[in-house]
Amino acid sequence: MSAITDPPQGSFRLSMLINDTRYRSYTFQALAAIVLALCLGFFYANVSTNLAAAGLNISYDFLGSPAGYDINQRLIEYDSQSSNARAAVVGILNTLLVAFLACVTATVFGVLAGVLRLSNNWLVSKLMAFYVEIFRNIPVLIWILIIFTIMIAVLPGPRAFRGDEPEARMLLDLFAFTNRGVYTPGPYFTRGLGLEGNGGINWLIVLGVLVASFFGTRAVTARANATQEATGIRPNTLWTNLAIWFLPVIVLLFVLGLKWDIPELKGFNFAGGIKVGGPLIALWFALSIYTGAFIAENVRAGIQAVSKGQTEAAGALGLRPGRIMSLVVLPQALRVIIPPLISQYLNITKNSSLAIAVGYADITATLGGITLNQTGRAIECVLLLMLFYLTISLLISTFMNIYNNSVKLKER
Amino acid sequence: MKNTVFFGALAVAGLSAGAAAAGTLDDVKARGTLNCGVTTGLVGFAAPDANGVWEGFDVGICRAVAAAVLGDADAVEFIPTTGKTRFTALASGEIDMLARNTTWTFSRDVDLKFEFVGINYYDGQGFLAPKALGVTSAKDLDGATVCVQTGTTTELNLADFFRANNISYEPVPIETNAEGQQQYLAGACDTYTTDASGLAATRATFENPGDHILLPEIISKEPLGPLVRHGDNDWGDTVRWTLNALITAEELGVTSANIEELAAAPTNNPEINRLLGTAGELGAMLGLEPNWAMMAIKAGGNYGELFEKNIGENTPIGLARGLNAMWTEGGLIYSPPFR
Ligand SMILES: N[C@@H](CCC(=O)N[C@@H](CS)C(=O)NCC(=O)O)C(=O)O
Repeated sequence: MSAITDPPQGSFRLSMLINDTRYRSYTFQALAAIVLALCLGFFYANVSTNLAAAGLNISYDFLGSPAGYDINQRLIEYDSQSSNARAAVVGILNTLLVAFLACVTATVFGVLAGVLRLSNNWLVSKLMAFYVEIFRNIPVLIWILIIFTIMIAVLPGPRAFRGDEPEARMLLDLFAFTNRGVYTPGPYFTRGLGLEGNGGINWLIVLGVLVASFFGTRAVTARANATQEATGIRPNTLWTNLAIWFLPVIVLLFVLGLKWDIPELKGFNFAGGIKVGGPLIALWFALSIYTGAFIAENVRAGIQAVSKGQTEAAGALGLRPGRIMSLVVLPQALRVIIPPLISQYLNITKNSSLAIAVGYADITATLGGITLNQTGRAIECVLLLMLFYLTISLLISTFMNIYNNSVKLKER
Repeated sequence: MKNTVFFGALAVAGLSAGAAAAGTLDDVKARGTLNCGVTTGLVGFAAPDANGVWEGFDVGICRAVAAAVLGDADAVEFIPTTGKTRFTALASGEIDMLARNTTWTFSRDVDLKFEFVGINYYDGQGFLAPKALGVTSAKDLDGATVCVQTGTTTELNLADFFRANNISYEPVPIETNAEGQQQYLAGACDTYTTDASGLAATRATFENPGDHILLPEIISKEPLGPLVRHGDNDWGDTVRWTLNALITAEELGVTSANIEELAAAPTNNPEINRLLGTAGELGAMLGLEPNWAMMAIKAGGNYGELFEKNIGENTPIGLARGLNAMWTEGGLIYSPPFR
């Protein structure tokens, strides 16, 4: 780096692989690669000889054969005659569902708690400190079990809703809270496209309209910004934006004939509407409050990393506290908050594999649990599980890194 | 070239590891204890008592094997396994044998490569439901929520039964019997399904067992028995013939009460003499002491005694012998001859 002024010329000698800084790093990298390859080779040989000695083989044929078991929460069509591969997909979707829900709510909890912890109100800030310390210092598995057990013990079974003088009643005659889950009214279409006018395509259309509205409001805001730059007066965009968000969707839902299906006690269980199962609620809630506590600390650290002078300077310019937060502090704090937030999202996704503790059918419970057990294909199933979690984690980090790049300090 | 040598060495290492695992009988003798996989707790079959001592019908088999091999019925390390972990535990060698209400099926025998050494309980899958539910037949369970242990034959039979009867249900997968019991009692599921013997044992621990009924349908055959790994025939023989010794003892009227007397000197029943080692070389053929079977029987009594003491009609579990009576009394329990 510094000492070499005149690089030694001349022919290549073997000792240079160790002594010459130009080659040394390659030598060690090559050695490391060889060792790694040997280790992998060793594991591979070990597994295959031991499997052969036990009369077993590696085969993925089981993925095509009927799974034979039922799953209580399925986002796609599935029954016991479907293949093991399909059971795995059901599990993947359930994992993604709970991970997504928990990431959203954990972020909400975390941001609220993190901001409130810095509140000047002694009680509020101490309460938030209490929340953070309690929840992040008890393992998430315990939280999952606690919440699930409380749900089962405290909420009534569906039977309690029966009879003329039932022990339990539905909330507003719309929602039923039972120890098997929460039943809420579910929307459906009477004049839509697809099967019985109620195909999944209708929801895609709704989603499409919402995305269009999003870009619509973006355009309005951009125009407002341009006007402000040019004239110094910002046009009021609130009503236009609200109209762009709501009017098209409302018209569309009316055209498709949106109706609500109200849950109703039929036989052993409530039928109709949407069921949010007890295991999903317990897992979702536990992951959110647990990870929320960590995110709260990230948020607090991020805000405190922005020097006080910035807030004071913004105040001196006449900005109101809300705008100071959103225009000055948060944009800078986000740079500190986002990288650890990525790892919290990864944690949520990986921790969702504790689902089996409450009988939630995620990928670990279907492919890595029942399928593995009924087929005995342990190595195959575990390899697939590893592949799945690895892929998902890498995808999440990629997306979050892209976002991070867009907010991070642009150095020129 | 170098690589070939390297992998060759690996292969040898792998094979010798495999060979070591094959000599389970020697391993157990060298270790001085038997590692026996049992349930995580099912009263009557395998559960620790108030002092932490494991007892039950399946535990009795483990103790008999330990007594036969090591001469000490207490030289057993009981390893609780769930429906999910049991086969991995056995295949990996963590346990030497599994005695955990495990059903002998084709795929477990052939595909998972285990060896069922016999059947110690002929069972079938049933449903437990609260009387208050007002259900009298499993076919009335359309739309019900059903608690079921994962990794069992139970969950497969359940899917088949509801499918064959064209009715629907919602499974609540659980890991252990204790969890199933908790959820069932809290009403998180309408009915609990598992082997009928397991249901009887579970119900016996309820505060008000009378409030719950076993539905009349038995929807499957569940021959339960101890098992070992494929490919270690000596060890398989040891466990198989220990179980057979307990059954033969009941058939021949050898009990824990009279065994000392019968084993003291040859009797005039040659099969008893061969069984108890006062004549013949059966013990030596297994690589065990001549009195191996006597030790096994003395550990907890013969098959009938184990049954009556742990799950029989005079226990809270109250199972009748039924199919599990001796073949001489119209049941299916039958041992090949000792000769
Ligand atoms: N016989 C079935 C079911 C075995 C089973 O799980 N039985 C239950 C109840 S009979 C049990 O032993 N549970 C005890 C535990 O949870 O550890 C099988 O082999 O798959």
